[in-house]
Amino acid sequence: MINFHKDHATLVNVALMGFVLLSTGVAVTPALSMQDNNSPLPDMPKMTLQEQRGLNVYVSEGCIGCHTQQVRNIEMDKTWGSRPSIPSDYYYSKKRPDIWHNTPSLLGSERTGPDLTNVGVRKGSEAWQMLHLYNPRMVEKASIMPRYGWLFTEVDSTAVKPDDFVLSVPADKLEHPGHKVIATERAKDLVAYLISLKQAPLPQGVAPEDFIATPGANGKPVAAAVAGAGAAAPAVDGGAVFSSVCAACHQPDAKGLAGAFPPLAGSPVVNDKDPLKMVDIVLGGYSARPNYGPMPSQAANLNDEEIAAVINYVRSHFGNDAPPTDAATVKTQRAVIAPETASK
Amino acid sequence: MNGLQRPTFLAIALCLMQGAMAQSSKTEGWLSSPGVVGTMVLLGIVLFVAVLIIAAKVSRLIQQTKEKHTVAEGRTGISDEDRARHEAALEYRLRGNELGGSATAFDDKALIAGATSEPNNPIVDEKIYSRARLDVPKPLQQLIIWYLAASTFWLLFGTSVGEYLGLKFIWPDLDEVAWLSFGRLRPVHTNTVFWGWASMAMIGLAYFVIARTSATKIHSYKRGWWAFGLINFSVIAGNVCLMAGINNGGGEYREYVWPAMLPFALGLILTFRNFYATVKRRKIPEIYVSNWYLLASLVWTIVLTVIAYLPFYQDGLGETITQGYYMHQGVGMWFMTFTLGLIYYYLPSSLNKPIYSYSLGVLAFWTQMLFYTMIGTHHFIFSPLPWWLQTVAIVFSMGMFIPVIAGTTNFLMTMRGSWSAIGKSYVLPFFLVGVIFYFVGSSQGSFQAFRFTQNVWHFTDFNVAHSHMTMYGIICFILWACIYALLPKMTGREPSQLLVGAHFWLAFIGLFAYTVSLMAGGTVKGMAWVEGVPFIDTVIATRGYWTWRAVGGTLMFISHWIFAWNFYTMVRQPLPVVPSEIGNPIPAEL
Repeated sequence: MINFHKDHATLVNVALMGFVLLSTGVAVTPALSMQDNNSPLPDMPKMTLQEQRGLNVYVSEGCIGCHTQQVRNIEMDKTWGSRPSIPSDYYYSKKRPDIWHNTPSLLGSERTGPDLTNVGVRKGSEAWQMLHLYNPRMVEKASIMPRYGWLFTEVDSTAVKPDDFVLSVPADKLEHPGHKVIATERAKDLVAYLISLKQAPLPQGVAPEDFIATPGANGKPVAAAVAGAGAAAPAVDGGAVFSSVCAACHQPDAKGLAGAFPPLAGSPVVNDKDPLKMVDIVLGGYSARPNYGPMPSQAANLNDEEIAAVINYVRSHFGNDAPPTDAATVKTQRAVIAPETASK
Repeated sequence: MNGLQRPTFLAIALCLMQGAMAQSSKTEGWLSSPGVVGTMVLLGIVLFVAVLIIAAKVSRLIQQTKEKHTVAEGRTGISDEDRARHEAALEYRLRGNELGGSATAFDDKALIAGATSEPNNPIVDEKIYSRARLDVPKPLQQLIIWYLAASTFWLLFGTSVGEYLGLKFIWPDLDEVAWLSFGRLRPVHTNTVFWGWASMAMIGLAYFVIARTSATKIHSYKRGWWAFGLINFSVIAGNVCLMAGINNGGGEYREYVWPAMLPFALGLILTFRNFYATVKRRKIPEIYVSNWYLLASLVWTIVLTVIAYLPFYQDGLGETITQGYYMHQGVGMWFMTFTLGLIYYYLPSSLNKPIYSYSLGVLAFWTQMLFYTMIGTHHFIFSPLPWWLQTVAIVFSMGMFIPVIAGTTNFLMTMRGSWSAIGKSYVLPFFLVGVIFYFVGSSQGSFQAFRFTQNVWHFTDFNVAHSHMTMYGIICFILWACIYALLPKMTGREPSQLLVGAHFWLAFIGLFAYTVSLMAGGTVKGMAWVEGVPFIDTVIATRGYWTWRAVGGTLMFISHWIFAWNFYTMVRQPLPVVPSEIGNPIPAEL
């Protein structure tokens, strides 16, 4: 007869066995099955060695404490990706790096900073990423992210080697005017990793999972959200594209950052009667001006309508005044400049 | 007075939140959402209890003034001479030597347990000193004091780090030192208060429970000292690694790399074997329910740590499932289960009566194991983890009401009839707050799993509020209660009552400010996310709440220094136990 009250061995053994059984059922078995039933998406690039080292820096600096990497299947997470995350997304990144460390806990549980699932798309500029790590408040005044000064070194201008990455720090922000800030290897690795964070496309013909509409406070999905999904897609808001894509570098007031990112307000390229040069720069990127960081191509991130809308927005705001362009022009230029993205 | 309190509180909370709200159909009527209403009611309960404690104190004070007043004014129809005599009598003050005369006296039989020069202190009521002295074997006494001393040190260290981190939300440019950066220090704070402060205090307090309820000697003091060294070493090594940038993988509470965590696991194994061997040679047939919790908690946590650190199923989302399981069970199977075991001994013994229901304790024990184990995945709702696992987690989260209500009922029923003792004791308010937070914090966690509240609150500062409500509101308050209950009985040294009161109120008010501001801030932020407000604007909107969090955190932090001082006064020089007829100390060898 079992008597837990008097038989310590039975008590402890039953508690142990019960817990082991439950744990096996709820943790070990599902974990094993999640690990084994997983494969990468066909179009997913493998992580390079440098990106792998960057991920190690990401873990070691505790970035996981504030940044998630999961697009949940709920409407509010649309901001962070074009589709909900799936297990395959983590095929390469969530691997045990060595015997001393566990698999990175990338999904995270706190969004003190933005989700980084797709940050390579939103903030694909290496110059921006470097400057942002060096001093986040230089590019985003309200940011509360720490500065990572120890990932950079300040050297005399003459000591800069050709393969060094020189940060476009505005001259008035430097302690020694003659110095340059260069990125250490760890900073380069980390930025390479961050820029590589892009949601891989699903295979042809596979539809992504739908986002679940926000439940109303009473638990029923809101009617407006349901009706909105069936209606025709609204015209693209150029201002919204500007805030989410361009403003990070060119700043919300389009005045740029001296020495880092050129202004769009009053820029001759923007105000040119012929929009073609501006269209070309957005599609193909631009690195012809040594006093500013290079601009990455936006061809893969934005479609023709979005590019036309944002160009028209910039050309008619911030004191700029130039005639508009249209999606057809963008489409023509895309075929020449970025033909690999033309099918989009 | 108490009836008024709840609506007033709701109104304040409303004003706090309404300001920054962008309302649309998506969040309309949020205030009436079941999860939000439930949470508000729970917060109301905490406030209600605070008012109750204050009311008890104030009413005692008024009572005393009234008594004096009636004595002074209530006599009409007496002669002037009598009145003058009476007034003179009112002015009379004891000089303290009336009974003994002016000759020096010595309390040969240790009849006097406490003395005061201000019996009617108007600020803090005189509490009853604990009269009973326990004759604890010297080695056990030393072992317990050292465990508690180490834990107090880690409390100060861990919360200094926490306080500093809280300030970084307001001043992100406080420093630019790699070792002190937010990302590296955050796990130092959590791991230190977990494995350093709470774990050391829990084990130290349990050594007394195990020996006392088994009516025997601890099996091996040597093992106790080994575990002491191993656990401290683990916390030191783990923290140094974290600050140097060596992090196991960023999963919460398993940020220590395995070589740093291994000594901790060994310490637990040693502790378990020691406790088990002691219970095995108990001198009474039954195993007291406290020991069920203590032994099981150690066994479960050893299993848990092994599962969390074994590498065979940690690739891909396997790691995420393990993480959800581990971080929930770390709290549930270690801190909560173990602390419940401590309450089952220290609460009834402070009240000097048995626990209300032994059977409820047993029911809560088995349901704790069943329900708590299943709910880890509720930290990853709407994530790419299997849907069935998320459903199981939500369902069992609701099941958690069973052990929580069973436990809370048991403790409150044990306290029933002794409410007047709360005003007179400095230990019981800590217990009461801990027990109330046990109910409030745990239930609030279940409400967080509702769909709407999950949408709004997950990933926001609300999580931080919840974890402080539970780890601080439940665990810390109960541990303090136990420490204040045990040490004076063991060492014969009482802390200053004013300072214990200061500790209690600073910690309690600080915690309340901390959680309410982060809950309000988290709600504002989450609803703005639902509305699609740009991320950086939600950072700006949370600023004010972070400031209030820092204020609350500072109050909590100050209270820890006061606690450390109180601890020091209790242990600096234990008084020898003088056998007396009424003190009835427990003999050294049982």
